[in-house]
Amino acid sequence: MNENQANVLVVTLVTIINLLLAFFISGIVIWSLGEDPWFALETMLYGAFGYDEGLGYTLYYTTNFIFTGLAFAVGFHCGLFNIGAEGQAYIGGLGVGLICLWLEDWSLWIVFPLAVLTSIVAGGIWGAIPGYFKAKRGSHEVVTTIMFNFIASVIMVNLLSHVLRPPKEMSPESREFAEGVWIPQMHEIFNWFGLEITQTPLNGTFIFSILCLFLVWRLIWFTSWGYEMRTVGINESAAVYAGISVSRNIIIAMAVCGGLAGFVGINEIMGSSHRIMLNFQAGIGFTGIAVSLIGRNHPFGIMLAALLFGILYQGGAELSFEVQAIDRHLVVLIQGLVILFAGALENLFRPQVEQYVKQIVRR
Amino acid sequence: MKKLLSTLLLAGVVLWSASQAMAFKPAVVFDMGGKFDKSFNEGIWNGLEKFRKESGIKYREFEVQQEAQREQFLRKLAKRGSDPIIAVGFGQAAALSKVAKEFPNTRFSIIDMVVDLPNVQSIIFKEHEGSFLVGALAALKSGTGKVGFVGGMDIPLIHKFACGYVQGVKYINSNTTVFQKMTGTTPAAWSDPARGAELAKTMFDSGADIVYAAAGSTGLGVLQAAADNKKLSIGVDSNQNYIQPGSVLTSMLKRVDVAAYEVFKTAHDGSWKPGFKILGLAEDGVGWALDEHNAKLVTSAMKSKVEQVRKDILSGAIKVHDYMSDNKCPVQ
Repeated sequence: MNENQANVLVVTLVTIINLLLAFFISGIVIWSLGEDPWFALETMLYGAFGYDEGLGYTLYYTTNFIFTGLAFAVGFHCGLFNIGAEGQAYIGGLGVGLICLWLEDWSLWIVFPLAVLTSIVAGGIWGAIPGYFKAKRGSHEVVTTIMFNFIASVIMVNLLSHVLRPPKEMSPESREFAEGVWIPQMHEIFNWFGLEITQTPLNGTFIFSILCLFLVWRLIWFTSWGYEMRTVGINESAAVYAGISVSRNIIIAMAVCGGLAGFVGINEIMGSSHRIMLNFQAGIGFTGIAVSLIGRNHPFGIMLAALLFGILYQGGAELSFEVQAIDRHLVVLIQGLVILFAGALENLFRPQVEQYVKQIVRR
Repeated sequence: MKKLLSTLLLAGVVLWSASQAMAFKPAVVFDMGGKFDKSFNEGIWNGLEKFRKESGIKYREFEVQQEAQREQFLRKLAKRGSDPIIAVGFGQAAALSKVAKEFPNTRFSIIDMVVDLPNVQSIIFKEHEGSFLVGALAALKSGTGKVGFVGGMDIPLIHKFACGYVQGVKYINSNTTVFQKMTGTTPAAWSDPARGAELAKTMFDSGADIVYAAAGSTGLGVLQAAADNKKLSIGVDSNQNYIQPGSVLTSMLKRVDVAAYEVFKTAHDGSWKPGFKILGLAEDGVGWALDEHNAKLVTSAMKSKVEQVRKDILSGAIKVHDYMSDNKCPVQ
């Protein structure tokens, strides 16, 4: 076993131990409420995987988390802490929605690439502006991206309440797009091959998200720009010495982050709700941070962590539905414990695990 | 043979109705606010709890947390054989119209919105009639000739409250000034008591002495501000007179609890009907609250005048304009 493999082993073990601990404590809480924790776990897993509808919803949530997880990871490799995926997804979704409203009579084959492009541009601009402030003025991206989340929210509230809302409608949302520009739902795609599955919001965007995982992996580790970006992230002075432009890399990295976050709009607006809605991105951007950190900022890890959060969202909803004594706030508690242990306290058992792995390696 | 057939048929009918009675599985899907929002959702929860205690029949419930879950869990409940199913709030209309088409044999009721399908009962209220009454009372009580209105989220429904209120005020005294303010344009406007207090305070400072709040829990701030400034307020939805005894002039009652209770009850005894159910003064779906907490504020002259107005609305002598019929209000 070489050093690299040992590292992977340590990371995997630490993550698994932390997750088990989070679930153990959740179990104690459920048990203290007078419910059977094993039954709760079973319900949750069955709800998330046990039948095709549950799986559909799980993967639908997963799709969102893949995008925002990647949006955080790209920035992280460039030494940036992008908290703005929330706002970037919001503005990206606005771009997607406007394209769909504008070109709703066109063919999906033209509208889809245009929508992807618009979400990259809209989300990208929303990421690049804080990137510019960071690069040229030194404003910290944690502060500016949070502020940009608020600005995005105010813009959307005003647009949806006063401009895009059809008269006589109560909810602040736009009208529905024509059916021609909806991304095919997964059950329709399966139908093309003669397979029958239950209808869920899961749509073709899921396939696109897997493609994005692959592209980001190639981008970070197999292109010269990825190399430059990681150099900036690890050691800025060394990057400058090597002739790499720090400010250029920061701005581009933030723009890529924003573009990736913007794809949430494709899944939500074009793939699922088919209208621009208030707060469609609620919490997805912030969960993306946890997804990326738990997934060690690697696309493969992000895929697994996004799936984990998909399970928590869908399985958690099922749990509060099946066991009426468990309400929706308990589900938030379980999610919080996972973030606490696997994200914030990730190094709790690291020394012991490293010690243990070292012993194995020596043997 | 004929006799045998009819016996079989009868037995079948009896069995079928017995199985129907045994399989009475009511359910409710609360909206984002959650069932303990001290306002709209909680009113419905109160009505359903009353049914549960009376009949001993349990109901299934779900509190929506994500947009996509409305459709998901309405469908899941229908698939599990829940019937009737109550969808709470206007936000669920889009999801319900999809699901109700998929389950034409399941009975759905939606509260505060219209979904026009053969198996859906749409329950809406004539909030403008109740608001007219409290507006009339406010104009009778006001000493300054100025009254106020604080709305929650800026949507047609709340303008309907405001418009009815203004009409009531102007009916009594056309010289009375009415200040109107909406708290915001997003759902957050339903739960911002600090902002509600601020808006009410501004109106009191401009000379108003009574402010009507139709703003969910934002209204609690209005009630508080009125009590602090020794002025009067008007509550909404449930009877809020007890919250600040002596400073709440009255409450505009909107009986969502009765509506929700009725859905389960009528579905249980078989008299549930699809279509529109519009609850106004005549159906006791809206009204004004008079109890020991505000008895001292309302003189018998005021009371008899408001009752007279109520009778005139019922008889059609007074026509209250519904803002939502044309998105316009004849008076300001």
